[in-house]
Order: sequence, then C-alpha cells, then structure tokens
Amino acid sequence: MSEQKIDGFELKPGFKGMASDTGSDQTMFKGVHWGKAMMWIFLLSDTFVFSCFLISYMKGRGSTIVDWPNTSEVFSLHVGGVPVPLLLIAIMTFVLITSSGTMALAVKYGYEKNRKMCGWLILATAVGGLTFVGMQVFEWSKLIHEGVRPWGNPFGASQFGSFFFMITGFHGFHVSIGVIFLFIYTYKVFAGHYESKKRGWFTKMKGDYVEIEILGLYWHFVDLVWVFIFAFFYLW
Amino acid sequence: MEETNKMNETTKKEEQTSTQKIGIYLWIWLLLFVLSFFSYMVDWYQFQGMLRWSLILFFMFLKAGLIMAFFMHLFWERYALVNVLLWPMTAIACFIFLMTAEFKYTLFSRFFYFVVGGV
Repeated sequence: MSEQKIDGFELKPGFKGMASDTGSDQTMFKGVHWGKAMMWIFLLSDTFVFSCFLISYMKGRGSTIVDWPNTSEVFSLHVGGVPVPLLLIAIMTFVLITSSGTMALAVKYGYEKNRKMCGWLILATAVGGLTFVGMQVFEWSKLIHEGVRPWGNPFGASQFGSFFFMITGFHGFHVSIGVIFLFIYTYKVFAGHYESKKRGWFTKMKGDYVEIEILGLYWHFVDLVWVFIFAFFYLW
Repeated sequence: MEETNKMNETTKKEEQTSTQKIGIYLWIWLLLFVLSFFSYMVDWYQFQGMLRWSLILFFMFLKAGLIMAFFMHLFWERYALVNVLLWPMTAIACFIFLMTAEFKYTLFSRFFYFVVGGV
C-alpha cells in the first residue's frame, strides 16, 4: 500500500484529496512508487486485452445457432468411474486462490523486512503457479485427445475450441511468465538483494521490498482474470 | 501552496510503509475459498436460467472485489490512483452493451437466412 504520510504535504482524504493530488502541479500518485504505478497502468491495459477476448467469446457464443458444448460435461473428470463435473477446474481455482493468499502474505512480510518468511511464501506461490500450469497442460492434452480443435469439436458449436484455446492459453501464458518471475524473486529475496539495495537488471532503481508488492499485483491480477474466466467460460 | 513545494522525491521515499494486520489477509483468503466453493456448487446442483447467471455474477464480482480491494490494496490506496484505475472499466461496460446488440442481430440473421431460408 502507499505510504500515507509525506513530509510537508497535507494528504487530504477522499475525493478532496484526489482533487488536490491531481491539481498539485507535481506527481499525481502521491506516495506511490513509480514502478507500482506503471504496473497498475500495465494491468489496466491487460484488463482491456482480456475483456476483448471475453467479449468476443460472448459475441461468438451468443450468435451461433448450434448448441454450445455443455462445459460441465466436457470438463468433467472420471473418479472411480463416476464423472465429476468441472473437478479439475475447481481444483485449479483453489490452487490459484491459495497461491494468491501466499503472495499477499509474502508482500506483508516483505514490508516487515522478514526476509526468510517472505522468500518461503514467494516460493510457495511459485509452486502453486507451476501446479496450475501443469494441470492446464493436462486439461489441454485431454481435450486435444478428445478431438477439440480451434476449428471444430465433437461436442457442439465449432467456435468453442478457438475461444477455449485462445482465452485459457493467454491466461496460462500470463501464469507461466508469473511463475518465472516468482522464482527469480525467490532468489533475490533469499540472496538478500533488498537488504543490500542491489540494483535490478533493467533499472537503476535500488532494490526494495516494494518490488515484491509490484510482483504481487501482477500475480493477483492473474488470479483476478481467472475469476472471470471461471465464471464466464466454465460455469456460464 | 507553500507546503506543496516542500514535497520532493527524497522525503517521500524515506517513509516506512505500515502494513496491515495478518488477520485481514487470512479472512479474505478464507472468504475467497468459501465463495469459490459456492460458485462451484452452482454447477454441482445444476441451477439453470436466471438463478444460475445471477449467482455466478454475484460470486464473481464479490471475489473480484475482495481481491482488488484487499490483496491488491486498492482499499488503502489514495483516490487519485483508485479512480484512474476504475473509471476506464465503464468503457468495457459500453463495449459489452454494444456487442450484445451485435450478437443478437447476427443470431437473427443466421436464423433468418440459414434456417428460415430468407425471403
């Protein structure tokens, strides 16, 4: 969270504060690290990308005259011969929420300069993300074996495959990038780069635990997008 | 506006960031689990029609709101940042509205020309 006290500047709360922050002829996001502001702007643009995917899915699904495949059957898993609807998707959802929770705690412990705890929690988050990607690979290969292709499938409307691979693929790509960075930052935290103020590779910015919050924003965003995909693609 | 000029990059970086209590994160975490479980139950019990759609949307927005407000700290951020992030979302709502009209028209055309056979 932003630092709420700035020397020599009165930070007014609420909309009054917004007006004075915006009209102060200075930096607009008072007390917000530039890296964090930039991450938010990136996430805002990413929101639009995912919105476009989901809206095109809505348009595609709404305008087809062939029945849409029943997702609760398509994504069911057989446990002991009994089909359990959406089982894998439910587990994936819980795994991603778990990793989101560990990330939130990692940010908190980072700001408290609890290096070990922060590192272990980021590692746990990375392992959760890796598990998620692994299950997604399993899901993809299962569907491909069953004959789902971007141009058609045995279950119903032929648009199903292209939307499925596009939307979950783009989300899975985000998760994979996140996992790579989570492992890198696990190393950076354990190596004590934020205590020694070591600089990063792309920046002259001195290492600080605010980087963990920026990483956390990205990771929570990935979870946030999954909330929408889960609701619209799998449950709807 | 005297005090405004005193603020500069160096002074604000020295401040120690205060953190929230761990309880709030654990509560939100638990709530997210419970809400996800409920939205899975919507499918488990095969609710259909308006009930299904409204429940899905309700749990979805609640989960998204909790993640953004507490995990992404928007609840504690200044309004200057929060408003810059949230107002653009109305553009998405407009786009959804436009595309709803569009898919209804496409569906009508397909029925009319492919099923009914045109005029």
